[in-house]
Amino acid sequence: MQLYLPIAELSVNALIFLGMGGAVGFLSGMFGVGGGFLMTPLLIFSGIPPAVAVATEANQIIASSVSGSLVHWRRGAVDIKMGLILLSGGVIGSFAGVSIFTQLKQIGQVDLLISLAYVIFLSIIGSLMLIESIRAILRTRTGTNPERRHSGQHSWILGLPFRVRFRKSRIYISIIPPFVIGACVGVLAAIMGVGGGFIMVPAMIYLLRMPTNVVIGTSLFQIIFVTSLVTILHSVENQTVDIVLALILMAGGVIGAQFGARVGHKLRGEQLRALLAVLVLVVCGRILIDLVIEPEELFQITSVIGRGH
Amino acid sequence: MPRTTGFSMRALIHMLAVPWFIATADVVYAQEELVTDLSHHQVSIQSNFTGAELLLFGAINVNTNAKHDIVIVVRGPDSPAIVRQKEKVAGIWINYGARELTNVPGYYSVISTRVTSEIASQTVLEHYGIGLENLQLRSSDDDDAGPLHDFIEATKRIRLENSLYSEDENGIQFLGTSLFRASIEMPANVPDGRYTARVYLFSNGKIMQTQTSTLFVNKVGFERLVFDFANKQPLTYGVIAVLIAIFAGWFASAIFRGR
Repeated sequence: MQLYLPIAELSVNALIFLGMGGAVGFLSGMFGVGGGFLMTPLLIFSGIPPAVAVATEANQIIASSVSGSLVHWRRGAVDIKMGLILLSGGVIGSFAGVSIFTQLKQIGQVDLLISLAYVIFLSIIGSLMLIESIRAILRTRTGTNPERRHSGQHSWILGLPFRVRFRKSRIYISIIPPFVIGACVGVLAAIMGVGGGFIMVPAMIYLLRMPTNVVIGTSLFQIIFVTSLVTILHSVENQTVDIVLALILMAGGVIGAQFGARVGHKLRGEQLRALLAVLVLVVCGRILIDLVIEPEELFQITSVIGRGH
Repeated sequence: MPRTTGFSMRALIHMLAVPWFIATADVVYAQEELVTDLSHHQVSIQSNFTGAELLLFGAINVNTNAKHDIVIVVRGPDSPAIVRQKEKVAGIWINYGARELTNVPGYYSVISTRVTSEIASQTVLEHYGIGLENLQLRSSDDDDAGPLHDFIEATKRIRLENSLYSEDENGIQFLGTSLFRASIEMPANVPDGRYTARVYLFSNGKIMQTQTSTLFVNKVGFERLVFDFANKQPLTYGVIAVLIAIFAGWFASAIFRGR
């Protein structure tokens, strides 16, 4: 079923993109991750201009974060106060990110920016996840108990000023670390077309020492608003949000996530994480190869009015 | 006769039967007439758009035995374009050099009865901009010709690859002695705008007649609406995109919650 995408200005097979949305939705439902860091590269690999892929994916993430966070909201697992601090950082980060994006787009380096951001973050996250999950698998095999984490905070974080009590998370910390984390995630959302949960969740657990039960709900809460802002900023600055493509991805993603969540319950956590880590590294490797090997066509045309090829 | 490849058998028979076609050129010129039109003057880009095929048809009225040729040049809207060249820097391929070309047609197609270099001299072809090698692309940047030439060649090569540019040296079919037709093919990625289809009637390397038709390629309906909305009211567009996504997320959650 051929469909013309009005913003990407391409005629594509809608069923392929519906399937892609479904496959990534399935994986994100299974692993409990947002899926933006898989979807944006996939869109780029399939010929969508990178700037359109990033902005459109930000738009899709809103939908998956809304349906995800509603579940946590009903359980009362959202720390709104923490969410708002993260969000205030996120707002600053989004503006900065879109501004960097727009400037690099004008000098023709935005594709490079996106690729490099992906290679750096996917290689770090993928390797850490793989090492961690292999260790966990080995531990269960040898039968040793997982070591208990120290519950104390890092001393330098304790020493920071502007401390505030977060009742829901039962912590009393400075607002500077969550603000900075939020800002970093905002920049990544704008540049990479991701929600940033893969950075925010570990940061909240290990740096802020938040209890795990409120971490995902709070991060989704922040992601809804940050990706909304990123979508609007990209629309205004770059006109790269393709609502038709976003709707196809949303439809596929929602259905895929439901099935993925069911399969995810039946599989073991460590093996699932190892699988995801491998997937992340494969995507990272593919982007790296595209950067390193000599392209067949060294030239590229950009129409100044409208987008070119 | 290499130029008969791709012709229908009927057209071939017609052509062999045409006396002017094989006649020599030592004749007095009478008044030639050329009448042409397009099958449609409007190409609409809708959601199911996968490209378009237009028919250009026409008739020549020649009273001479001279050999005649038809050349059709279809040209899309000119726009400035930035062409970038990748170079290897610190192990990765990045956009390095760039030139801005000021007048790059979004679409350029030449259809002729035979190879254009056999139809007219290089001077004539160059003057009228007939053929991809005679398509003059200019740059606003001060530059030595050598590197600029690479950028111009690359532009033509890439557009040729994307089917936005094309040359078909036997794309014109004659039906009888005076009627002819040619099909103009446009890929799915044709740009919006005003196109001109110029038909040249050549004889003995000289242009005897010219006819120009105009056609428009436009996004219409939903595609037009979305594209205009995104470009003219980007803030409202962004807000609506967000609201749609929020609704979609809530809707999905409402459906699957009940199960």
